[in-house]
Amino acid sequence: MSVKQISVFVENQAGLLSEVTTLLADNGINLRALSIADTSDFGILRIIVEDVEKAAQILRDHGNTYTVTEVLAVKMDDKTGGLAKILKVLADAEIFLEYAYAFLLQKPGEACLIIRVPDNDAAEAALAAAGIGIAKQEDLF
Amino acid sequence: MTKYYQPEIECASREQIQQWQDERLVKQVKHVWDNVPYYRAKMEAAGVTPEDIKSTADLHKLPFITKDDLRECYPYGLLAKPLDECVRIQSTSGTTGKRVVAFYTQHDIDLWEECCARAIMAVGGDKDDVCHVSYGYGLFTGGPGLNGGSHKVGCLTLPMSSGNTERQLQFMTDLGSTILCCTPSYAAYLGESAKEMGITDKLKLKAGIFGAEAWTEEMRRDIEKSLGLKAYDIYGLTEISGPGVSFECEAQSGMHINEDHFIAEIINPETGEVLPEGEKGELVFTSITKEAFPLLRYRTRDICVLSREKCPCGRTHVKMCKPMGRSDDMLIIRGVNVFPSQIESVLLAQGFPPNYQIIVDRVNNTDTFDINVEMPPEKFTDTVREVTAMEKELVAALKAMLGIVAKVHLMAPKSIQRSEGKAVRVVDKRKLY
Ligand SMILES: [Zn+2]
Repeated sequence: MSVKQISVFVENQAGLLSEVTTLLADNGINLRALSIADTSDFGILRIIVEDVEKAAQILRDHGNTYTVTEVLAVKMDDKTGGLAKILKVLADAEIFLEYAYAFLLQKPGEACLIIRVPDNDAAEAALAAAGIGIAKQEDLF
Repeated sequence: MTKYYQPEIECASREQIQQWQDERLVKQVKHVWDNVPYYRAKMEAAGVTPEDIKSTADLHKLPFITKDDLRECYPYGLLAKPLDECVRIQSTSGTTGKRVVAFYTQHDIDLWEECCARAIMAVGGDKDDVCHVSYGYGLFTGGPGLNGGSHKVGCLTLPMSSGNTERQLQFMTDLGSTILCCTPSYAAYLGESAKEMGITDKLKLKAGIFGAEAWTEEMRRDIEKSLGLKAYDIYGLTEISGPGVSFECEAQSGMHINEDHFIAEIINPETGEVLPEGEKGELVFTSITKEAFPLLRYRTRDICVLSREKCPCGRTHVKMCKPMGRSDDMLIIRGVNVFPSQIESVLLAQGFPPNYQIIVDRVNNTDTFDINVEMPPEKFTDTVREVTAMEKELVAALKAMLGIVAKVHLMAPKSIQRSEGKAVRVVDKRKLY
């Protein structure tokens, strides 16, 4: 039960990141969550949007390099220890965490942690065994 | 079984080949001195007379001749025989300025066709074969050269010329063509068309002789698969004679230069200095048997390496590699010769599109070398780890090919100008004109 994340290749030049976010905003794409990973040379903008198809089309039409990845949206209590609990479950199950980023949901007190792991099913099972739920794409909007 | 058109020449001892070259060079230098005022003036300016040239060891004393000289001498300025002894002209498909016209006596035509006959027999051709010539006929040397060679071998010759693919394939199947001569790109197209028409299994082709344009090993494999033949390379220039200056044998590892007719040198394109054998540089040819249009030390602009390693086919003539680039495009970065075509081949091998830009500059007396490379969607992933690994792999492959380290910058496809817009591949900021 993964969700779709769009990753966009961004050259490491001032202004290019805002060019991508502006492009999406101008076309009515609302970014639910966003994370940026960058090196000295390039960056990767990762976003969660409601209409993945439409966002992908806009990016494609404007000559951007992007990819769509299945990631897990882990339900997290918006309180101290929420994040630590999830990370401990993954560590105990020896699941390699490529990257993660958190954001708040509309409902007060609820948050979500996007995780990128090699095997979504294995991670989901480990989290479920510890009583941690996974959100669907539509739960995020 | 290996077959030769002229075994006593193609497998001659090195001493014998050397002797032919020495004798013929001396004679050729005297011939141009006596008959071509343009050459005589060039040699006088360089302070050389025919007496100074006693063997190939003296070849380096002669001045070079370039395409510019050929254009300046258009049409009769380099003619070394009276016109009434000439029987043919051929001409290059020049892209800019005046065309180059080459003249041939009957003797010149015979020798040229013999070179092509050697090429046909080197790929297994014999009088039982059906030789399908789909190079263009006319001023272009491809069709006439292979056509003549095919006659000399005694093949049934199909003078198809290029174009009309359906008719080409019809004749190929109806008459059972066994040897195909054309450009590699046309061979690839014929292969695709045969597949579309569902007649691939009706083809009887066993060998192809493909030249007149650059092609890769990957293209060779594709063509071999789609047409069910062995694909061989052939090299030539209209200025020197035409196709057959050198040709590939069964070993498919470089082209034997017909050294009884052409002396090959490798020079440093910047200084003109002759380089030791095995080094990479510009290929220079001297035609030592041509009567009507002899060229001494003609600069081909092709970058190449020569090899005298023993060839399993038994031929003793030196081999040249497929040209690796043009000296006009060469960059010298930190003292190392770099050709854009080398960078292009690495990019393709690593799965990157050949859309790139090289930026060279000089900072604190050291050359900087940056390459902007397009990040294609097919290779892009969401993790920094993988993209960084890809970048590192590319840098390593470039270093292995070029011998120096380039700084690679991954760019979005839209950032690098597309080739239809006349892409600027090289930005050399060091030049202070
Ligand atoms: Zn050989």
